[in-house]
Amino acid sequence: MIELKNVCRTFTVGDQQVAALRDINLRLDASEYISIMGPSGSGKSTLLNLLGLLDRPSSGTYLLDDGNVTDLSDEQQAGVRRDKIGFVFQSFHLVPRLTAAQNVELPMILAGIPAEERRARVEVLMQNYGLATRADHRPDQLSGGQRQRVAIARATVMKPSVLLADEPTGNLDRTTGWEVLKLLEGLMEQGITLVVVTHDAEIGARAKRQIHMLDGRILSDESPAK
Amino acid sequence: MKFADTLLFASDSLRGSPTRTLLMMLAMSIGVAAVVVLTALGEGARLYVINQFASLGSNLVIVLPGRTETAGIGPGMLSGQTPREISLDDAQALLRSRAIKRIAPLTVGSSNISRDALNREVVILGSTSELLEVRHMVMGVGKFLPAGDIHESASVCVLGKTIKQELFGNAQAVGQWVRLGDRRFRVVGVMSSQGESMGFNTDEIVIVPVASAHQLFNTSGLFRILVEAKNRDYIEQAKKDSEEIMFQRHSGEKDVTVITQDAVVATFDRILTALTMAVGGIAAISLAVAGVLIMNVMLIAVAQRVKEIGLLKALGAPGKQIRMLFFAEAALLSTIGSMAGLALGYAGSMVIAHLYPSLPVSPPWWAVLAACVTALGTGILFSVWPARRAARLDPVAALAGR
Repeated sequence: MIELKNVCRTFTVGDQQVAALRDINLRLDASEYISIMGPSGSGKSTLLNLLGLLDRPSSGTYLLDDGNVTDLSDEQQAGVRRDKIGFVFQSFHLVPRLTAAQNVELPMILAGIPAEERRARVEVLMQNYGLATRADHRPDQLSGGQRQRVAIARATVMKPSVLLADEPTGNLDRTTGWEVLKLLEGLMEQGITLVVVTHDAEIGARAKRQIHMLDGRILSDESPAK
Repeated sequence: MKFADTLLFASDSLRGSPTRTLLMMLAMSIGVAAVVVLTALGEGARLYVINQFASLGSNLVIVLPGRTETAGIGPGMLSGQTPREISLDDAQALLRSRAIKRIAPLTVGSSNISRDALNREVVILGSTSELLEVRHMVMGVGKFLPAGDIHESASVCVLGKTIKQELFGNAQAVGQWVRLGDRRFRVVGVMSSQGESMGFNTDEIVIVPVASAHQLFNTSGLFRILVEAKNRDYIEQAKKDSEEIMFQRHSGEKDVTVITQDAVVATFDRILTALTMAVGGIAAISLAVAGVLIMNVMLIAVAQRVKEIGLLKALGAPGKQIRMLFFAEAALLSTIGSMAGLALGYAGSMVIAHLYPSLPVSPPWWAVLAACVTALGTGILFSVWPARRAARLDPVAALAGR
């Protein structure tokens, strides 16, 4: 469960203060499927970075699973990211010199999980995501869809409570994009809160809860009944 | 993150850019090899000098006429006197000391040596039978000077190897006669080849009894007395006794200088050790240069891997861990680089040892250790800044590749 209270984020550009987020109040429950939409510059990426603890709010409070994570030290925040938050990026962000399996293993290496357990978990995930035959391939030997599936496997291998996806289909063609989205949506059955940032209305419409942003404010927050 | 995993990840990323890695290792290994080879040379020179002294004899105390003052001009020089010479009786008197095992008086001069039509200039050493033992000389053929009264001027001589070859060729020399100046001497022995020792080529000398040498050169003073102490512990005592005896015999005048070979060796030892450390230090500068290179390349690596660092941060790696990864890379580089450098250095030392067999070239252990520690130290030290820069990257900017 995520709760943002009166969150603001201002950047200093030159000698000007630019408000990227203005007074955001937001509450996301477990197993929710949320899409955040808006034109570029609307603050949706900043919001996602804040949710992912990659960035700190200028003011306001961030509660994650009932714990206040706003003022944690960098190291503590890194720990929270590692254990509770998964990221899926538009450009995949796979480490080019590592194989698919090694890329998936990476978060567990950082967490200091023993090698046998790592191998077992990687194997299960590669199987589930249809990557078993691609485990030893490097990212440049994989198709875009396969790369994003490796990235999703990596994001979920630590069993996070929140998965943040920034334009996950942005670099994929339509069909592959849909496949990846279905894979992401399937994760909700495991109790993961899924947040997808997109400027594609069609993709955003798939979420049960849709948030529209403009100029750093939440314009609308609706859950249209199907 | 586990230690082994850190190393594994670091070695993976080193292998990810092999050219860069190889070049950095090359720089590191050249530095280490330079330290190893240069100190090996210095140490070789030191051992060479010490061996030379040891080959002159062990536990030696040397008595020479005249007083060497540290102030430069001795009292004798001001009054226009030459120092009183050391006589053969003075030399024999030294044997009264219980600390002294044996002595060998030395007179040096040069004369003509001839056999039939062959003749040449030669350095003549006047001494006694004791010289063989005192100076650790080795006979080739025949016998050394016969033992006997120090004042007896027997007409016998011992030839150096080269002299024998030049005068006799491959013919038998022992038992034959040669002419030294205006006297005939019978050859009783030929030295085996011992090469150069302290500027004295023992292969090109002729040794005759000291009394005969005095007659040849019409002198009565000694060039030197070589005194061998009973053993190492008696060296100081032998020196003191020699001074005391000479003091009494020269009517209470301190007109001889007594030096111990140990003191000379110790001085050379200190000078050459200092020299070795100096060249080692200069070579170590190249290690520092290698360190700067590592820092430079690491900074570039951080810039090139900004996205990867951002990703690691997003995946939950705290700054500390990212620092550790870069340290591990530097440490691996330095370790492998210095190993390669050691191999290179030892190979180089072996080549030098092969080219100059008389030089005992061996890298001293302290230099090898210092080279490795310096290599590791500079490697890690110079990665502090790049590692900190990587650890402090803002994850959002890093992920965007900015």
